[in-house]
Amino acid sequence: MSQFLTKRILQMLVALLGVSIVVFALIHLVPGDPVRVALGTRFDQDLYDMLRERSGLDRPFIEQYFAWLGNALTGDLGLSFRNSQPVTSLVLERLPATITLAFAALFVAIVVALPAGIISAVRSGKPLDYAVSAASQVGISMPDFWAGVMYILLFALTLRWLPSSGYVSFLESPIEWLRHLVLPAITIGLISGSVITRFVRSAVLEALNQDYVRTARAKGLSEWRIIRRHVLPNAWIPIVTVVGLQLGFLMGGLVVVEVIFAWPGLGRLALTAVKDRDFTLLQGAVLYIAFMFLTINLIVDLIYVRLDPRVRVS
Amino acid sequence: MTVAPSTPMERLPEKPVSRSREIWQTLIANRLAVAGLVVLALLVLMAVLAEVIAPFGINDIDIPNRLTGPSMSHWFGTDDLGRDVLSRVIIASRVSLQVGFIAVGFALAFGVPIGLVAGYYRGKTDSILMRLMDILFSFPAILLAIAILAVLGPGIRNAMVAIGLVYTPIFARITRGSVIVVSEEVYIRAARSLGARDGRIIFRHILPNVLAPIIVQTTLSLAFAILSEAALSFLGLGVQPPNPAWGRMLAEGRNFFQQAPWMGIFPGVAILVTVMSFNFVGDGLRDALDPKQKSVIESRGQSV
Repeated sequence: MSQFLTKRILQMLVALLGVSIVVFALIHLVPGDPVRVALGTRFDQDLYDMLRERSGLDRPFIEQYFAWLGNALTGDLGLSFRNSQPVTSLVLERLPATITLAFAALFVAIVVALPAGIISAVRSGKPLDYAVSAASQVGISMPDFWAGVMYILLFALTLRWLPSSGYVSFLESPIEWLRHLVLPAITIGLISGSVITRFVRSAVLEALNQDYVRTARAKGLSEWRIIRRHVLPNAWIPIVTVVGLQLGFLMGGLVVVEVIFAWPGLGRLALTAVKDRDFTLLQGAVLYIAFMFLTINLIVDLIYVRLDPRVRVS
Repeated sequence: MTVAPSTPMERLPEKPVSRSREIWQTLIANRLAVAGLVVLALLVLMAVLAEVIAPFGINDIDIPNRLTGPSMSHWFGTDDLGRDVLSRVIIASRVSLQVGFIAVGFALAFGVPIGLVAGYYRGKTDSILMRLMDILFSFPAILLAIAILAVLGPGIRNAMVAIGLVYTPIFARITRGSVIVVSEEVYIRAARSLGARDGRIIFRHILPNVLAPIIVQTTLSLAFAILSEAALSFLGLGVQPPNPAWGRMLAEGRNFFQQAPWMGIFPGVAILVTVMSFNFVGDGLRDALDPKQKSVIESRGQSV
């Protein structure tokens, strides 16, 4: 286990290094002078000189990269081009909202997908199976932003059950916090859930066809007990894999959904940075999202190894 | 019906079913795939003939008739400037399909050769190329596309490049995986021992045998590329006004949502139907060509 862990962590560090190079290089690919582009019509010579000096854009590329990386490792990602605030604090401020939404969405996805997938597999070929499959097919093809807008139209504007957008901190009012969380979480969660449903279905279906299930049936165990004791433990591995893969999709979906629901997370921050041409802020936001993404992948791999020791060997 | 009892001799010379015919038959036996194919054919036709079919011009402004609901003259209603939503949805299909095809073409043009070289030569070349691909894979796809567009500037051409780049590693990985399997086959070793050059082995013997998974992935990627383009246009980074794109129309419709929900509903349905058709065809192709391959959904996890 420890050998596998070391290897995986090393791999992740290499990937992070690559990510940092890409993120750093981004600013250098901006046609022309990024500081000038960022300031645009708000051009001011003093501000320009300060930002330019701070960003060290006049030094050679390699030197700049290492200086930037060194600072980044100590948590200093420079100052926002837009309002000269430290990028790290701007990013960290937004982090809790994004993490909350990601987990809430994953929760929705799993709560929907597990029962739907199992029922679909057990009733395979029956009308209920077709209904679940059709629903998940729609979910898979659904644009997340459209789904979000439709939920707002239905649940917020027409039925007035839930707020259409915004964020309330948990400490301020747990009930309002939850009410604001529901629609964005469902928007991403149901789409992810559709994907996971199909995997749960095929994993359970495969386990149901095994000899040990026939034996269990022959012993006269109830169908529910067979599923709980014999099928699910064997279906976990593919399910965990796809849930892990889905997290990548979830993180991507957050960007769009945060914008629709005015959710103050990292995704919306990244998009604001794009609109303001605030390249330092964009670097920071992208770096943090990629870091979270890689960390989640690592965690999924570790869970995977716990579930299936064979992986360690290969 | 009377059938003469057949002797064993008569049954023998059964007409051999060719592989492509067999694939086609499996595909058209799948009702969803056929439905997808038909819808896609209609979509392409609609995109090609867009100007002829569209009842109004895409930018025919008609303020007195703004925000009117679906009617006989405006099937999908009108938008905030009185433009015909149906016409805009029809014209926008062209952009969506175009971006989809060009972006995926870009990903194919780079990803497949990278996969071929990495899988065939292995060793250092393989490590370097695949680590590079891993880096691209370390970003959630849409975020990488947004970052690329931030640098290149918004617009349809840059959106194609951004989406293409994001999808390149998927093709590289899939191609490489299949090449490694095929390279072990006897006929490759035979070709090599006959003194065939690497280029010939790769293009004549390996490529044709790894096409199946690539074709399937292409179809599925088209679905996701169209979704990505819609998302980027929705965020204001893709197609620029006044040109219509499904994602853009939805973003514009948001401000008038309560008065004119049709402004957002119809473009969304168009995206949904297009993406679903590609998915159906992709799933059908996978079953016909390569049943062992991952399904649509697994790739959506990785690629959207």
